[in-house]
Amino acid sequence: MSDLEIFRKNTRAWLEDNCPTEMRDGAGGEDNICWGGRNWQFQSEAQKTWLERMAEKGWTVPAWPKEYGGGGLSKEEVKILKGEMRDMKARSPLESFGIWMLGPALLKYGTHEQKLHFLPAITRGEIRWCQGYSEPNAGSDLASLQCKCEDKGDHWLVNGQKVWTSYADEADWIFCLVRTDPKVTKHNGISFLLIDMAAEGVSTKPIKLISGKSPFCETFFDDVKVPKEHAPGIGSIVGDLNRGWDVAKYLLTHEREMISAGGGGLFGGRGMGEIAASEIGLEDGRLADPMLRGKIAQAEIDGWAFLLTLERMKDEAKAGQGVGANSSMLKYYGTEFNKRRFELLMDSGGSEALEWEGERTQDGKLARSWLRTKANSIEGGTSEVQLNIIAKRILQLPGA
Amino acid sequence: MALVLTEEQQMLRDAARGFLDEKAPVSALRKLRDTNDETGFSRDLWKEMAEMGWAGILVGEDYGGADFGFVGAGVLAEEMGRTLTASPFLSTSILAATALQKLGGDAQRQEHLPKISAGEAVFALAVDETRKHGPQKTAMKAEKHGNGFKLSGDKTFVADGQVADNIIVAARTAGAPGDAEGITLFLVDAAAKGVARERTVMVDSRGAARLKFDGVEATGDDVLGEVDGGLVALEGVLNAGRAGLAAEMSGAAQAAFTMTMDYLKERKQFGTEIGAFQALQHRAAHLYSEIELMKSVTLKALQDLDEHYGMAGIICSLAKAKAGEVAKLASQEAVQMYGGIGMTDEFDIGFYMKRIRVAQEMFGDAAFHADRLAAMRGY
Ligand SMILES: Cc1cc2nc3c(=O)[nH]c(=O)nc-3n(C[C@H](O)[C@H](O)[C@H](O)COP(=O)(O)OP(=O)(O)OC[C@H]3O[C@@H](n4cnc5c(N)ncnc54)[C@H](O)[C@@H]3O)c2cc1C
Ligand SMILES: Cc1cc2nc3c(=O)[nH]c(=O)nc-3n(C[C@H](O)[C@H](O)[C@H](O)COP(=O)(O)OP(=O)(O)OC[C@H]3O[C@@H](n4cnc5c(N)ncnc54)[C@H](O)[C@@H]3O)c2cc1C
Repeated sequence: MSDLEIFRKNTRAWLEDNCPTEMRDGAGGEDNICWGGRNWQFQSEAQKTWLERMAEKGWTVPAWPKEYGGGGLSKEEVKILKGEMRDMKARSPLESFGIWMLGPALLKYGTHEQKLHFLPAITRGEIRWCQGYSEPNAGSDLASLQCKCEDKGDHWLVNGQKVWTSYADEADWIFCLVRTDPKVTKHNGISFLLIDMAAEGVSTKPIKLISGKSPFCETFFDDVKVPKEHAPGIGSIVGDLNRGWDVAKYLLTHEREMISAGGGGLFGGRGMGEIAASEIGLEDGRLADPMLRGKIAQAEIDGWAFLLTLERMKDEAKAGQGVGANSSMLKYYGTEFNKRRFELLMDSGGSEALEWEGERTQDGKLARSWLRTKANSIEGGTSEVQLNIIAKRILQLPGA
Repeated sequence: MALVLTEEQQMLRDAARGFLDEKAPVSALRKLRDTNDETGFSRDLWKEMAEMGWAGILVGEDYGGADFGFVGAGVLAEEMGRTLTASPFLSTSILAATALQKLGGDAQRQEHLPKISAGEAVFALAVDETRKHGPQKTAMKAEKHGNGFKLSGDKTFVADGQVADNIIVAARTAGAPGDAEGITLFLVDAAAKGVARERTVMVDSRGAARLKFDGVEATGDDVLGEVDGGLVALEGVLNAGRAGLAAEMSGAAQAAFTMTMDYLKERKQFGTEIGAFQALQHRAAHLYSEIELMKSVTLKALQDLDEHYGMAGIICSLAKAKAGEVAKLASQEAVQMYGGIGMTDEFDIGFYMKRIRVAQEMFGDAAFHADRLAAMRGY
């Protein structure tokens, strides 16, 4: 047996022994995620146990180095672990902005001390992070951000506002883009600052989405004092002062890669065709609505091709590196595809999919999810912005 | 298995690209067209390809082949797609080699495979009888006649049928058109009595033919696979062809795309390169994304043919459908973004559009394969 086969065998056995039955229902989606953090209320004892056991092994973030709380697994091993988890329909033990976004940025730009301090708390689900990038006047044109950060000797003084900050009201810490030099051109005076949400002067105000939920907030900073060092030797700025834009961009490639994975889930559970068949019914063995059948088949082709592309790009990436500018391609295609998928699910759901309240539809679960997907092509940089990035960085078209 | 080419496969690709750029650029196809070449490809070039092991890329080493697998064959098809190289690679090295390897008996393999590897025999696969692909619709009859069969019927859109030495033909030994059962594959000598062929000059300037079988005699030894072997056996061979065509279209689309991107950086209007206009940039970026998807699904289909030949039906349909749609988009965008020049015969892009159109149609267009996929997935 090759090493990888042995690893697969051991992994399967360990998962069999340690994954609680309740966590083997394949449930995903925003409602079932374990986000962790100081304020986290576990939805069940099983969710807690599952997180603890996986964190103990470093498998909440299997690819990170062991010394920072990860599993130290190779790319091939991670693929096997994920595959085995998928086969047994194991839920993900932990998801968070720390895992998706801050972690990769710290691993690349952080000091060893910053990594030792912040990363293990992410892998154990102890600290939940949120992302303070967007401002009322800095959306797509993120580098025009104005949130002010002044040097006051032993601390930074932060004043300004962020907006669309997902889960700011539940997060423990925020990674924030702030302007540390107002005099230079826009990309050059930005720094990447880590702020404790419990600090005096930080406040949040939830915003309600068209789906009826309030997963994001306005975030205000009023004379917030951020120590230069959160603990001895642990700087509060990641990367160099005024060079936060590099960190921010690198983080975005990881965020986009993560968002694009939302286009998946298609074949893990039931496919669109299968769902439509159960809702609309078959005639002579074929979906009774032939026009919808054609659209679904075409969407399944694109969805499948997209998932394979995610896989290929990961396989092509060098060990420990992301997919680079192609994250924009994956983000663009994956989110546009996800919107298309939910439109088709609404089509096959018909009038029942339109119910907004009541037990039968779990308070309009599909309708609310459908509306939520509309944000996919906006959050993390809009589709148009991704197309601009592809044109400029990959195709190297002029003037882009 | 990682969804990337192995080092060996990459080396094959690099070697193929160098060779084809030099020996078989688009101008070679243009020349075949302008001289009304009867063969439809260059026999000298085919001989050289055979010497490099390409003709027998799928053939086992026992029969003089390179035994490089479907991914290897796909790599070559993709590179030939880039330069629109005319050759009997699809008909002979992919379709016939697959049919003989997978279905042939010892004697059949012994007789034909070494010739395929050596580039000495050209084969054609004759399946379709109507304008739209549908192997299940096979109506051509193979009636019992003494110990053997008598074949009668018409075939159309037979790639390289105009010059093939041997023809693999699907005919009905039982059942009626529409039945999945009752189809049998025969190996027929193209010079046999009762075979008539008419070369069809196609939009892509490649060789194809309509064939007429009028009581052509075949013996039990000419049966490829089982009598009444049915669609299953034929579909396996077709799947290999579909994946090969997907790879070819992928190469053609990528070449057209690269040319177009170069043009966007060069052509100036309104005082700037036209590539600076966002209306074109966004379409180019979208097309880039689609091309990446096409590459992934094509490679996966080829890998699956190597690893689970009998179960590769869905993924080959996926690849054929996706590659057809994306390559079509790539050729359309190319002509559009080139403006007036894109419409001229002097310029190569039209050749890409034409070949892609033919490859799209062959062995099932995107609608055929989307429907096939839906059926296989129970809706
Ligand atoms: C659900 C959700 C969660 C979010 N979570 C967070 C978060 O946690 N943290 C955070 O910092 N931000 C978050 N965001 C904010 C998100 O990143 C921004 O909404 C996004 O970057 C777009 O900015 P904007 O809303 O200001 O739109 P604008 O930038 O004003 O864009 C408006 C329209 O103009 C188009 N446009 C803009 N510039 C160009 C151009 N150059 N070329 C072509 N078209 C252009 C856009 O594509 C868009 O269609 C979230 C957003 C949503 C919807
Ligand atoms: C069959 C045919 C018949 C014709 N007959 C005549 C005729 O009788 N008389 C005559 O005078 N001309 C004729 N023309 C020429 C025709 O009008 C031009 O081809 C057309 O105006 C485009 O110009 P172009 O070919 O130089 O392309 P370009 O202008 O170079 O355009 C190349 C590409 O860039 C795009 N592009 C250019 N500018 C922009 C922009 N600002 N924003 C976004 N995209 C842009 C174009 O849409 C196109 O896709 C004919 C052309 C054809 C193909």
